[in-house]
Amino acid sequence: MSFQVMLQQLGSGMLTSMLIFALTLLGSLPLALPVAFGRMSRFAPLRMLMRVYISFMRGTPLMLQLLVVYFGPWFLLKIPLSNGYRFYAVIIAFVLNYAAYFAEIYRAGIESIPRGQYEAAEVLGYSRGQTFRRIIFPQMVKRILPPVTNEIITLIKDTSLAFAIGVLEMFTLAKQIASAEKSMIPFVAAAAFYYIFNAVVAWAMERFERKLSYYR
Amino acid sequence: MNVLEIESLKKSFDGREVLKGISLSVAEGEVVAVIGPSGSGKSTLLRCATLLETMDGGALRYLGRAAAEPGRDGKTVYADAQALKEIRSTFGLVFQNFNLFPHYSVLRNIIDAPMCVQKRSRAEATETAMALLEKMGLADRAEAYPYQLSGGEQQRVSIARALAMGPKMLFFDEPTSALDPELTGDILRVIQSLAKEKMTMLIVTHEMAFARSVADRVIFMAGGVIVEEGKPEDVIDNPQNERTRAFLTKLTR
Repeated sequence: MSFQVMLQQLGSGMLTSMLIFALTLLGSLPLALPVAFGRMSRFAPLRMLMRVYISFMRGTPLMLQLLVVYFGPWFLLKIPLSNGYRFYAVIIAFVLNYAAYFAEIYRAGIESIPRGQYEAAEVLGYSRGQTFRRIIFPQMVKRILPPVTNEIITLIKDTSLAFAIGVLEMFTLAKQIASAEKSMIPFVAAAAFYYIFNAVVAWAMERFERKLSYYR
Repeated sequence: MNVLEIESLKKSFDGREVLKGISLSVAEGEVVAVIGPSGSGKSTLLRCATLLETMDGGALRYLGRAAAEPGRDGKTVYADAQALKEIRSTFGLVFQNFNLFPHYSVLRNIIDAPMCVQKRSRAEATETAMALLEKMGLADRAEAYPYQLSGGEQQRVSIARALAMGPKMLFFDEPTSALDPELTGDILRVIQSLAKEKMTMLIVTHEMAFARSVADRVIFMAGGVIVEEGKPEDVIDNPQNERTRAFLTKLTR
């Protein structure tokens, strides 16, 4: 196999990895908000439910959660596994897992906003929804950016876990080619890919942080 | 006409009674200063009056309209959400630590609530805001962010923010406590000019000079009750009550 063919094959895996990354963020960043609200709810059963959910997601390996989501339908409901489901299983497991982490970050962000901000908004007549959207949320975003960046960078590397159920992402392909060709080059290429991808994401997040630094 | 009427207001925190039946009314155009040692309940009084804290007993009325009244069993019942929203628009509150919105510019801090709560147009809200900033001597700071302002400037912005809603009455919660002494003069001048325009005000303060120079009436609170009230020169310079005397001596010493 020539170097070029190798890179071409890895290239398709690269796209799959980036797709897992993008779809996970697209799903988990918004989903984390209702989870965070549930976790802070005054309604105890909902609060407990979210607590249990978050504790499971954080307390068990993501790879195991991935296997459960992938094989669960067959073991529990005898629904036959289709090839197409592999990819969706990855997205479902990743979204559920990352939403739990993001929810805790959101909660920390929301709880760090001083009481006085709510009171000022209340006296001015803002509704609860307006207070959150206009006053609390923008300040929360600024505060949580560093920990969110951490999670996002972890996610890039976590996409490689999809190999556990045979999704043809970057790492799965690198491993296959490396053993078929008895070559280290695919691993070097994979390392370069993850590193560059991370560098780009870190750079973008830093720019976003700078954009929000117009106030303190 | 009384803008604010409070009748036998009671409030407890965890079984500890902080307000033991306060009755107080403020007439239109009147400036009332509430003084007293910390823990006297004056802040809680202000927080109950501005609906930030719920009262356990008593009545609260603005312009004759009930925000809260004793129900059949004697416990205070609040008006419905819509009524409370309307009542809230009759007063403004200036906080001790300003509580400006840090992510909004000075101008945006002042126009945001008129636009999104009162549904006024941006042009109209901006016009009101600029006139207020002019009055506060801050017209050139409209595009600045709160962190770029001194404490005195931030407090004047927060006064402008409250005034932009067109309140009938303004509350001040120790408006100068977070400021350097040399900056309290700025705030005093602003309050004096508001008093001249017949703005109804209730000011909780530690600053005796403040109470003396701007208030029509001074209320001295201690231990959750009103101990003494009257003209500033009577209460501050010639207090009749032992506790008032002790408090004032401690301050001047």
